[in-house]
Amino acid sequence: MLITTLSFPEQLVLTLAALILLTSFLMLAQVRLDSLINVFALQGLLLFSATVLMAFISGKYHLLISAALTLFLKVFFIPIQLRRLVIRLDIHREVEVIGNPSLIMLFAAGLVLFSYYVALPIRALSLLSTRNTIAISLAVVLIGMLIVISRRKAVTQVVGFMSMENGLFFAAVVSTYGMPMVVELGVAFDVLVAAILFGVFFFHIRTEIGSLDTDRLNRLTEVDR
Amino acid sequence: MTGWIFAMMQTLCVVLFAPFMAGWVKWLKCRLQNRRGPGPWQPYRDLLKLSRKEVLLAVTASPVFRAAPYVVFSVTVVAVSVVPTVSVQLPTAALADVIVLVGFLALARFFLSLAGMDIGTAFGGMGSSREVTISSLAEPALLMAFFTLSMNASSTNLSTVISHLVRSDFILYPSLIFSSMGFILVAIAETGRIPIDNPDTHLELTMIHEAMILEYSGRHLALMEWAAMLKLTLYSVLIANLVIPWGVALTLAPGDILLGILAVVCKLLALGVLLAVAETVQAKLRLFRAPQFLGLAFILSLLGMMSHIILEVG
Amino acid sequence: MIFHATGHLEIAALALIAALYHCLNHALFKGLLFLGAGAVLQQSRQHDMEKMGGLIRRMPVTAACFLVGCISISALPPFNGFVSEWLTFQAALQGTVLHSGILGAMLPIASAMLALTGALAAACFVKVYGVVFLGRPRSPQVAEAQESPFGMQFAQVMLAVCCLGFGIFPTWVVRAINVIPENLMGVGLTKAANTSWLWLTPIGKQTASYGALSVLFGLLLSWLIVYFFLHPLRRDNRIRIATVWDCGFGPLNSRMQYTSLAFSMPIRRIFSILWFISEKVEPGRQGKGPRYSLQLGDWLWLMVYVPIGKIILKLAERTSRIQGGNLRVYLSYSFFTLLFLLWVIV
Repeated sequence: MLITTLSFPEQLVLTLAALILLTSFLMLAQVRLDSLINVFALQGLLLFSATVLMAFISGKYHLLISAALTLFLKVFFIPIQLRRLVIRLDIHREVEVIGNPSLIMLFAAGLVLFSYYVALPIRALSLLSTRNTIAISLAVVLIGMLIVISRRKAVTQVVGFMSMENGLFFAAVVSTYGMPMVVELGVAFDVLVAAILFGVFFFHIRTEIGSLDTDRLNRLTEVDR
Repeated sequence: MTGWIFAMMQTLCVVLFAPFMAGWVKWLKCRLQNRRGPGPWQPYRDLLKLSRKEVLLAVTASPVFRAAPYVVFSVTVVAVSVVPTVSVQLPTAALADVIVLVGFLALARFFLSLAGMDIGTAFGGMGSSREVTISSLAEPALLMAFFTLSMNASSTNLSTVISHLVRSDFILYPSLIFSSMGFILVAIAETGRIPIDNPDTHLELTMIHEAMILEYSGRHLALMEWAAMLKLTLYSVLIANLVIPWGVALTLAPGDILLGILAVVCKLLALGVLLAVAETVQAKLRLFRAPQFLGLAFILSLLGMMSHIILEVG
Repeated sequence: MIFHATGHLEIAALALIAALYHCLNHALFKGLLFLGAGAVLQQSRQHDMEKMGGLIRRMPVTAACFLVGCISISALPPFNGFVSEWLTFQAALQGTVLHSGILGAMLPIASAMLALTGALAAACFVKVYGVVFLGRPRSPQVAEAQESPFGMQFAQVMLAVCCLGFGIFPTWVVRAINVIPENLMGVGLTKAANTSWLWLTPIGKQTASYGALSVLFGLLLSWLIVYFFLHPLRRDNRIRIATVWDCGFGPLNSRMQYTSLAFSMPIRRIFSILWFISEKVEPGRQGKGPRYSLQLGDWLWLMVYVPIGKIILKLAERTSRIQGGNLRVYLSYSFFTLLFLLWVIV
């Protein structure tokens, strides 16, 4: 599917897909919690605009409901909640050291290629004009996982998890015009509950081991070393 | 034949325009920082004064040191001559494509850093060392951005690329957006603008370009400075004509050329405003933060390439 | 090879020609650089780069040839290294014709890596040239080095001229190499040199072209214009030779120069993940300054080759048990080997 054969809104969706991938990369590189949360909100905003566009392209207006959910949850509610949490935990100025930023970035670029390779057979099944973005959304999921793996602070891991969810949602929207409404609502509330639960957990982890560094949790093994 | 004459004229115009571009950015910057500052014509006076002054040469200077200003300047002029600035009907563009253009800039840098090493002072060596470090990181990102562009137009010839961009209908290419962002970052690094190097500084420990030309004087210094201004103009022209290609003349008809000149001058002045604002609001990065800056440029170019392959061709 | 397998014979021919051209160039400029290095070693009687410097004044011919070699190996126009790199890039950019997107993506990325190595090579040779030939001599032997004998100079000049010639007449070289892909694959790169002997156009005139000789001509032209333009302005003020400005601290000496280690320090630090680096600064003892020592190890060497070496050593130890020292045992080995071989044959 050459880009020249697509209509302008579809091109815009593709561009938004690429920008979402860029925000994933930015999250991977971000060391400050504040800006990490901002980038996460930006990703939500891009996701929202992509969903709205898809709704108008396809004429399936139930997508607008999920778009509104995205806007409410991922652009406003969760980032604000996270920011309040960060301020209450007094870690908003903390800088997190990433092991080796450039190596991780290159690995992420490799992941993009890999997900393209994986998505090739899936792509053949879809008939939508925007099916090329499946690879992108898969890459967003994988990079979200990479964020969870490569970070040590619990807050960043949660943001990585949320961005994985963003990737899944995006895949659903662009490849099949969205999941059934019930599933979507379920996932959205899942994420919401998760965000609140994580907040509670942060406090517990912190009071128990005095830090949000999840590597410290290694000491909680049963076996006494 | 008219084409060749036109190419000569265009090169001459760009060469003569370059000091104004540098002065324009400097003047705007001064204004933004609440200073009066020298007017935008100041670089012409500086160059004239320098070219009249006597040349002081260190005892340890070798022929490389004396030849370097001429090499650097003439290589940059040739590089300018292959870039379609006003019109795409440029016979010289066939002489060298984008890869050769990158090669020219690398050649100029090679001699510049050799000249920095030549006198044997610590500053020159330091400047050369930093320059080659930064350029070796910037070059892959630069080529990657150019590759994406030329894969889009299926040509590495700048004339063909630009006319392809102008002629085709407006299409939102994600890949071009990313590679232009990457290219702009590389351009900032390569022309020694603020997050990487400060063009105004003579503070010894932070300078890169100034450190290399520290021992030059008289007309040699004038050539070196002029080459740096040319490089700034060259990158600005590339940004102007590749990112916002509209307005470039497709033929050599007088009306088109007039329009082309008007368009390119407007675009360059606007870019100067952007650059001045960006330099005012930003601070210089530490040298060892520069790899991250260029890493971002590389990632952007890489994403451009990937989105070309994943999104646009598949 | 990939192109050949997928049936894009023309591009395969282009890539093969690029590779062959590159080999040829390496033969030329590496030979040149080795000759230059040999001349420097012989004349200065120094093996340590940190003790050289300023040789351009003592050995001008060698220095000029070495400069040509450095420019060629750093793949800069208008010398020969650039031509083959350019051809390689052109071949890689044709990767889009492949149907597999992965390969199509890998090729340009690989060529970006090639650009990185090219730029690093340039950095390395700026360092070598700057430290060895430019600056001030760092040891008395180097300060008194003589130019090498005529034979050595002649060989270097010949190779340097070849480097330039292969750089500015690429069409002839390509035409000569073209025989090989024609014989191997039945397809040559006829278009490349056909347009005109001035232009190198591997795929088509619209796609890409490189006029090496005209580039050189343009360089010389602009050089001349600049030179004559500045000449009348010079009037009577000539060049004045002066000592280097020393910031008022007293005379500069050669120990204040940037050394080769210092020069490559930022690059070392940026790519520090790739090597195993141990840097040590020992505090100075009485009367002596602090000492700095640096050890570079390759991770690849440590992770791949060292274990393999260990395994091989262990195997060798095992096998050395066979070597009992008794003549009869050896004879029985050959006897059993003979029996075994006979059994295999039958």
